[in-house]
Amino acid sequence: MTAWLIALAGGVLIGLAATLLLWLNGRVAGVSGIVNGVIFPKREDTAWRAAFLIGLIAAGGLYMALVPGAALPRTDYSRAGLIVAGILVGFGTRMGNGCTSGHGVCGLGRLSLRSLGAVLTFMATAIMTTFVLRHLWTAT
Amino acid sequence: MAALASGALFGIGLAMSGMTDPRRVLGFLDLFGDFDPTLLFVLGGAVMTTVVLFRFVLRRGSPVLASTFHLSNLRHIDRRLLGGAAIFGVGWGIAGYCPGPALAGLGIGSREALWFVPAMIIGMLLHRIVNRS
Repeated sequence: MTAWLIALAGGVLIGLAATLLLWLNGRVAGVSGIVNGVIFPKREDTAWRAAFLIGLIAAGGLYMALVPGAALPRTDYSRAGLIVAGILVGFGTRMGNGCTSGHGVCGLGRLSLRSLGAVLTFMATAIMTTFVLRHLWTAT
Repeated sequence: MAALASGALFGIGLAMSGMTDPRRVLGFLDLFGDFDPTLLFVLGGAVMTTVVLFRFVLRRGSPVLASTFHLSNLRHIDRRLLGGAAIFGVGWGIAGYCPGPALAGLGIGSREALWFVPAMIIGMLLHRIVNRS
């Protein structure tokens, strides 16, 4: 299979996973919100969130470990860069109530204008950041 | 069990699509450089699926295993939403990780995920602290 076809199939699986959670549990598959709900539990809603995360971590890890040619994570990025990026992602997804999955996959699936606003914004700043770090920063 | 299955399917989708490799993500975000359009098919495939299937799901009065759908009623686009999204995008553009792929990386013991995920949780904690005061 060609790369774009595998990517498309992976995307459809992500969409099916989100549909399954909404259809059966009535919940939005927004990963940042689910993590937040497990770390800072409020009500009785911790069990399904923990189950979702266990499934994601275990199955994602197993796929990468077992399937030849799977996209393995990079290993050599600077520790400081990872920490700064992680803090911004954690803070930003809480302030904006969602990430690529919640606003992107689920919000756009509901044709939410609010989510479209969020998606266009984070795509724009992510593209700008990549541009600065790859083409301006290194050039100096 | 339903949530476990959904999470597993989500994780397989992420790993299969290449989202779990931040080099590919940054290649996709590098619009003005060495642009790699492959991940456009991931977002396209996922959103096409939810746009079609969510319509059928939400036509039901309630989900199969719960009494109500838990959906956000927020409609307005405000500075908080766009500011948060902008900050998230900067973090995404630095290292190439959004929350889902970073967590999947934990499953294979990725060194980068082991630094990124705790930092992400600290970021969430910081937001709680800032919001409280």
